[in-house]
Amino acid sequence: MKRKLPLVITFSIGVLLIISEFIPHKPFGTLSGELEEWFLIISGFAIILGQLSLFKVNLFKVRFKQKDWQFSIVTLISFVIMVGFGLLWGTENSSGIFGNGSSIIQLIGDKPFDYLFHNVYQHLQATMFSLLAFFIASAAYRAFIGRTIESNLLLIAAVLVMLGNTTLGGFLTSWLPESLKFLHLPELKQFIMTYPTTAGQRAIMIGTGLGIIGSSLRIILGIERSYLGGK
Amino acid sequence: MAKERKKIDRRWVFLLIFIGVAIPLIVKIGLPVETSKNVEMVYNLVENTPEESTVLISFDYDPASMPELHPMGKAILKHCFRKNINVIFTAMWPMGVQMAEDLIDQLQVEFPQIKYGEDYVNLGFKAGGMVTIQSMGKDLTKIFPEDMYGTPIDELPIMDGIKNFNNIMFVFSLSAGSPGIKEWVQIVHDKFNKPTSGGCTGVSAPAILPYVNEQQQLTGLLAGMKAAAEYEYMIGAPSTATSGMDAQSIAHFIIIIFIAIGNINYWRAKKSNEKDGL
Repeated sequence: MKRKLPLVITFSIGVLLIISEFIPHKPFGTLSGELEEWFLIISGFAIILGQLSLFKVNLFKVRFKQKDWQFSIVTLISFVIMVGFGLLWGTENSSGIFGNGSSIIQLIGDKPFDYLFHNVYQHLQATMFSLLAFFIASAAYRAFIGRTIESNLLLIAAVLVMLGNTTLGGFLTSWLPESLKFLHLPELKQFIMTYPTTAGQRAIMIGTGLGIIGSSLRIILGIERSYLGGK
Repeated sequence: MAKERKKIDRRWVFLLIFIGVAIPLIVKIGLPVETSKNVEMVYNLVENTPEESTVLISFDYDPASMPELHPMGKAILKHCFRKNINVIFTAMWPMGVQMAEDLIDQLQVEFPQIKYGEDYVNLGFKAGGMVTIQSMGKDLTKIFPEDMYGTPIDELPIMDGIKNFNNIMFVFSLSAGSPGIKEWVQIVHDKFNKPTSGGCTGVSAPAILPYVNEQQQLTGLLAGMKAAAEYEYMIGAPSTATSGMDAQSIAHFIIIIFIAIGNINYWRAKKSNEKDGL
């Protein structure tokens, strides 16, 4: 029963939603609308569940001194500080348990949560993303080597797209006459992005779509049961 | 023993990239900006939207993608406010709310006349991704019964007559991943047949570009900082994307030089090995 009931629910809801796509009238349309609302409520709870899970996993890591447990301390402290500040003094648009924290705003110019968001979190995230530029540069130097015909094609396409994606690229070939305009770097980049890249991407998308249909059917029909947990 | 190609210490690569990015941000080069078809399509979409009509802009990104998506958002909002277009903000990413607020704070200096609740409204974040979008299409007021400040949306003049996507001219998603443009286009355009457009980071552009097609699933696309710079140029308001383009140009140029050096070293090592009969 413990395993059969979820399978029955999954099957009925799955079939119901498929039918409602083809017959959007009562009762299927109304039922699918109701189910959408359920989904939104569950999504809200999933965020809370995710936070609790994050807290628990990191707490266990510290408690049992698992690999890199020191980083978990940072995560836990940051988590507690942000949640604490948010609960106590609220955020820009809401007040917390202690109200709006006007005395703190006078002192630091912002609510504690917003202060940390604007001055710490925002910059840390931007820094993490910016580091990619350095790693991509180093990786490109090591990986883009023209060893075979395929790698040569990749290399040429990469250089053209990289140049075409900058104002420098346009500037370098801006002198080309109208008859040779197709060799203008932004034009070449546009060609690569519109035809070969999009064609390849469409093939991937169709493959992914078919994969999603396949795995959805497996779940609805109860063939795929890993979501129930256990072995 | 076969010779290996000479390798440059990666710290040199990092140092040169750092210098290449930093100098153009300090000293402006000001290379000319050329516009592309996809950006022109987005511009025309906003330009042809009647005054006093309402559009929806979704902030589906977080601070990590700010350098690329924030300038786009700013340029699009500037264009909308200049044309007296009302804007509804939503966010499918929790941090998107702060992104929208930050842009409004910046734009209120240039547009002191715009009023909250009349010219724009921030409905805030809602979890659920694609299902949320689908439900918004049926009844927006059910999904967002109040704005992010807790004001019932019935009390906001901008929301008068706005029930679902049928009452909105177009939807624009500033997207750094999922949920983002893909989800918006699959629901808003494909199910409700409303014009949909968006802006994304440069790396995610290849995955979004197939939606810019003859069926106009997406009406244009702003892909990466270059598109943001082009949009700034088109509305005649060069800003952070335009100055960032100089840095991006130099950084890409340095990467290409390093790729060339890597290949020269490889071919030299290969030739030398062939000479030695290895």
